[in-house]
Amino acid sequence: EPLGELPASEFSTDTPANTYEEITTYNNFYEFGSGKEDPMRLAPGRLEHRPWTVTVSGEAENTGEFGFDDFMRGLTVEERIYRLRCVEAWSMVIPWAGVPLAEVIRRARPTSRAKYVKFYTGYDPQVFPAQAARGMGFLASIDWPYTEGLRMDEAMNPLTLLATGLYGKEMPSQNGAPIRLVVPWKYGFKSIKSVVRIHFQETEPEATWNQLAPHEYGFYANVNPNVDHPRWSQARERRIGEFFKQDTLMFNGYQEEVAHLYAGMDLSKHY
Amino acid sequence: MRGGQPVMGAATLARTPSPAGLRALRVGLFAVAGLPAMMLAVGLVQGELGVNPVETLLDTTGIWALRFLLATLAVTPIRWLTGAVWVVRLRRQVGLWAFFYASCHFAVFAVFDHGLALAPMIEDIAKRPFILVGMSGLLLMLPLALTSTRGWIRRLGKRWRQLHWLVYPGAVLGLVHFFWLIRANRWTEPLIYAALLAVFLGWRAWRRRGVALRDG
Repeated sequence: EPLGELPASEFSTDTPANTYEEITTYNNFYEFGSGKEDPMRLAPGRLEHRPWTVTVSGEAENTGEFGFDDFMRGLTVEERIYRLRCVEAWSMVIPWAGVPLAEVIRRARPTSRAKYVKFYTGYDPQVFPAQAARGMGFLASIDWPYTEGLRMDEAMNPLTLLATGLYGKEMPSQNGAPIRLVVPWKYGFKSIKSVVRIHFQETEPEATWNQLAPHEYGFYANVNPNVDHPRWSQARERRIGEFFKQDTLMFNGYQEEVAHLYAGMDLSKHY
Repeated sequence: MRGGQPVMGAATLARTPSPAGLRALRVGLFAVAGLPAMMLAVGLVQGELGVNPVETLLDTTGIWALRFLLATLAVTPIRWLTGAVWVVRLRRQVGLWAFFYASCHFAVFAVFDHGLALAPMIEDIAKRPFILVGMSGLLLMLPLALTSTRGWIRRLGKRWRQLHWLVYPGAVLGLVHFFWLIRANRWTEPLIYAALLAVFLGWRAWRRRGVALRDG
């Protein structure tokens, strides 16, 4: 479904975007399997846009369960062309459609105890087939549902987006329909897909990859060419559609907008 | 011990093919083993290797290097189980295919990840143990490929066998390299290969012990 004419944003990059095909056929969405083609094969038809409920809970005044359309009412969806840098050292440029998360947070009126925001992907093995697999020991599957989190100031940053589409269309299922987070200065796994719950809390939230392998995936997960993944370099990245690698930029090139959030922090420790 | 006795039903398999038959087998093997490389080349030219073709090249060449390496290790057990002594005469080609795919795997890494820039490549190899391990596996295979000719086999005599024992650590390193880059729960394929390698190595150890007991 087309979303209509979307207002442009000053935050959009003028780097040419990847094609719709590239963006929708090469996805990490482990709820559908660990292969890059699993989501495009399995998500459409299973993961439907409606009905969809987003729950707002925790340290906020305006909590409750909202049908997707009610949740979006009064919010202006705009186009944001962002770079996306995956922790696996590939990258894309994606024309998202979405609303600033800050507006959603303001509407929820968080209390003074709300220091962090936690996000949950839906849990339903009928919709997400890989959630049915269990496994044991080191073969254990991910502890579903997928969760992620941001510090409140990160969540309020004008770059942080709740995206409901791309290329001017409704969000494809394999990209995290109907609503997902986009945090362009962090590795892609922070940008949690198919969000069903936004929870305000005082303590740092558990995040799925951080819990799975804390030495490899930190809570912050800021794109940083100077801090390598233990098994591979993060200094360079392969832009999908290109053969040779290019240099990775600090905070994925968004340092002007976000560097102040981490002033005084040792980013090799808080990776 | 079943020293080379064919199992039931393997009698036809045990019969050594004629020179012409063997030649046909070698040509057939060449065509089949070269197929993945051919498909990659065609896919590359036609732009059909997915949206991340370099990743496809890397993954496919790496996986086939491991598969052919395991296939060379399977030759001796197959000979013992079936009594088909002639399979040994296909082994060199299988081993060379393993080396070919491993070399392509390295070439893709060197060209597309580093643009053949030597210093960053060496730094990358030194800094990242999983690359170092894979690289070591390839280096172990290099002398094996070089001495695979008839002339070298003759020249080295008994030492050829000792040298070619390096295929075992080579295979172990290749498999460790594979395990090392697995994310989350994609263990199925590496576990299958590890099980095969364990069977091949275990079978050899068990046979050696048997020989030692009998001879000693």
